[in-house]
Amino acid sequence: MTAPVDADVLIIGGGGAGCSAALHLAWRGARVVLLERGLVGSQASGANYGGVRQQGRHPAELPIAKRSHALWRRLPELIGTDCEFVQTGHLKLARNEAEAAELLAYLDVAASHGLQLEFLDGMALRRRFPWLGPAAVAGSFAPEDGSANPRLLSPALARAARQAGATLLEQTAVTDCRHENGRFVVETATRRFRAGRLLNTAGFWGGQVAAWFGEAVPIRHHTPNMMVTEPIPYTIEPNVGVAGGNVYLRQIPRGNVIIGGGYGMGDPVVPMSRPLAQVTLQAMRRAAALVPALAGVSVIRSWSGIDGMMPDKIPVVGPSSTTPGLFHAFGFSGHGFQLSLAIGAILCELALDGRTETPLEELSIRRFLAPQGVPAGGVMA
Amino acid sequence: MRVAVVGAGPAGVRAVEQLVRAGLRPLWIDEAPDGGGRIYQRPPAGFAREARALYGLEAPKARALHAALDALKPAADWQPDTLVWDIGADPRELHTLHEGQVAAHGFDAAILCTGAMDRVVPLPGWTLPGVTTLGGAQIALKAQGCAIGRCVALLGSGPLLWLVAYQYMKAGATVAAVLDTTPFATKARALAGLPHDPATLAKGLYYVARLRAAGILVAEGVTPLAIEGDGERGVSALRWRDAKGRERWLDCDAVGLGWGVRPEPQLADLAGVPIRFDAVQHNWVPQRDAMGRTPVRGIYLAGDAAGIGGADVAEMAGACAAQALLADAVLPVDAALTGRLQRRLQRQARFRAALERAFPFPARLAAAMPDETILCRCEAVTAGELRAAAEPEGPHGAAPEVNRAKAFTRIGMGRCQGRVCGMAAAEVLAARLGCDVAEIGRLRGQAPVKPLPLSAAPEREAAA
Amino acid sequence: MRLVRLVDQDRPEIRFTFEGQECAARAGDTLLTAILAGEGSFLRRSEFGDGPRAGFCLMGACQDCRVVVEGRGPVRACVTECLPGLVVRRA
Repeated sequence: MTAPVDADVLIIGGGGAGCSAALHLAWRGARVVLLERGLVGSQASGANYGGVRQQGRHPAELPIAKRSHALWRRLPELIGTDCEFVQTGHLKLARNEAEAAELLAYLDVAASHGLQLEFLDGMALRRRFPWLGPAAVAGSFAPEDGSANPRLLSPALARAARQAGATLLEQTAVTDCRHENGRFVVETATRRFRAGRLLNTAGFWGGQVAAWFGEAVPIRHHTPNMMVTEPIPYTIEPNVGVAGGNVYLRQIPRGNVIIGGGYGMGDPVVPMSRPLAQVTLQAMRRAAALVPALAGVSVIRSWSGIDGMMPDKIPVVGPSSTTPGLFHAFGFSGHGFQLSLAIGAILCELALDGRTETPLEELSIRRFLAPQGVPAGGVMA
Repeated sequence: MRVAVVGAGPAGVRAVEQLVRAGLRPLWIDEAPDGGGRIYQRPPAGFAREARALYGLEAPKARALHAALDALKPAADWQPDTLVWDIGADPRELHTLHEGQVAAHGFDAAILCTGAMDRVVPLPGWTLPGVTTLGGAQIALKAQGCAIGRCVALLGSGPLLWLVAYQYMKAGATVAAVLDTTPFATKARALAGLPHDPATLAKGLYYVARLRAAGILVAEGVTPLAIEGDGERGVSALRWRDAKGRERWLDCDAVGLGWGVRPEPQLADLAGVPIRFDAVQHNWVPQRDAMGRTPVRGIYLAGDAAGIGGADVAEMAGACAAQALLADAVLPVDAALTGRLQRRLQRQARFRAALERAFPFPARLAAAMPDETILCRCEAVTAGELRAAAEPEGPHGAAPEVNRAKAFTRIGMGRCQGRVCGMAAAEVLAARLGCDVAEIGRLRGQAPVKPLPLSAAPEREAAA
Repeated sequence: MRLVRLVDQDRPEIRFTFEGQECAARAGDTLLTAILAGEGSFLRRSEFGDGPRAGFCLMGACQDCRVVVEGRGPVRACVTECLPGLVVRRA
């Protein structure tokens, strides 16, 4: 075992959140080491749909989403590439009256967070988006939202972070992690790292890290069922979703249509994940119902990835309830991609300044713990 | 017990034969309308050529295989014109596509005999109309009675090169030249003193002799430079360098190219069978034992999909895989047959190894392809763009392995899922990264194994 | 690209339509043969600007020979039988 490596901040998990945190910390001159057991962006951050949207989010997420949006628009300036981010708008569709009511109700929530949405009835929808079939009865359009290429974001953030002086170690699994003598000590197979601050951005496995520090939470693994079609002439401009979220699709300028919906299967221990044929077929059917012209188009491959799902479908973000200097950002429940840029900025502020302006109370890990602040089923460390 | 066999080439036929013999009625699925695989592919009804004209020296084997195939169809649940596009693990199901509709077939054990396709090295101009694989040039003749052009150049290396050239010559096509990238010395060294299957060697020498006797240029140790032509008129010439380094120009209007074959292991991959790089074959090969058992319970492999061996090996392997399935199901087996086949397979393995040494995959040729060469023909991505993805200074950092390179460049993201460009792309990337091709991974398998139209999804949602 | 009919061509003539033009083929031809041994010199144009394509593997694996059959949608020309009366166009 070689001599331990000392840093200011250690980060476990190299997805979008972790790489963004590493970048922000490096910009502020902190010594930061990120440990990723595979390649950056291997799981949810790389396998997700690529939606970059504020619309539809739980109010607790909206301030983070807004902050993130400002960063998305500045990506080329910040990291030298745009990761194919385009603001083609997000169109959320209702397929019946109940779903239309849902969309309407959200208009006020959005407005109170400064997010302007446009409600469209059936006729207006089809006038504006003639490729929509009769399944859509109403829609809510968010002009500032859009999409990006998830396979590019984490690697691009990692490259920029390295260039800014951060150390990102891939193919480096964490074998042990503890807090002793006022510092965090993180071990891998061959090295030991020490720092005063630790960021838990380990995705689904963030639950495991939290458990190591005595604050286990009920997290499940979640494997979105994704697929993509062959390239066809470009007609679908906005990122399209539905109330309830059981299908979503977007077309890239090259012509391929990415479609998602439902869940595949996975084993976080390996880790492995894969789509399920019946789920793929179901999403295909729903997509063709939304956009009839897709019927003759072929799916050419499908995939999945492992994400972490919380019971209330919003992430755990904020300080540890047991250990000062530990900050969590995991369990993004299928919609972390857009948030990752701001999460990195927020974690950087928490680690270096001890506070952040962005409200996080509703996302605190404490919401899963017994009222007295004692972790359910255990004693405080 | 529900047993399925995927593929009706030599391996699939002999597998079904053993299963039927044991009293089973397997589900038998094949993508083609009438089975036969590739080597023994049958033309559609209405074609008049006899087996001798179609299969030459292999005619007796072809006739026997077709007779077996036709006799077995009524004894099995025969489903031709059907693609298996995914394999589910729990429940165990084959997901199929037939006449635009999907279906799911549960199984307890399955023998996958999904065959192989040509292994190619792109060169400038290879996407022009008029360029096909060697196998494709052979199919045009065998299954459609056509030559791929008026004046055909055949390029590559391996026994198929000479066989196709000979077949074209015999059928009356004009063969401009037969260009073998493997130097004579390499072949001589590997094949010298080869006792195990002199028949294959003799055939090769015979074909070359006949080609030369017909005045056709047969050159060895060549370096192909570019296929010339334009989109409207197609191929017009092939530029190449001979063994002495002289640049030469060959007028032609079609080029058939290929360097051996590569397995089609996609279903094995989706079934969870580990896939490893076999340095002797220079191919990614699914893991199986001598009898065709894989580490995945209930999944067996036979034929070229399990590792390139040719038609004779495929027939023996198909029978062995079926015997293994029967043994594992505690049904009566034919130990004497298995013993005989295993001994013959071992002898064949030694010959195959020599054959691989005689016709090695031209890794250096692949690695050296010019930057402007279209490498992935589905997505029109060039070799230069792939090399750029290996640079640490690029916007996303360096891609250390092929799946990441695919994410950065779109290589392998097309309809063919990297079947055509995968091997060559790996050589280019490995050369740029300075490592062995076995170290940079392989394109991971993703369902559907071939394109699946959205309209194939059934109208009604299945009950929750 | 022009496929050359060499042997085994004594089969009944059938007629089909390609790119709006009526063409002759032989029973048993695949669409690839019918088009490339007939009126067409290529099957499609690459979506990405590198020009005409005429297929490659002829065995249904490379997906490069796509054409559109009216009433059926996109098909691989090399494994699709040419039937009398088919109306085919470039993808």
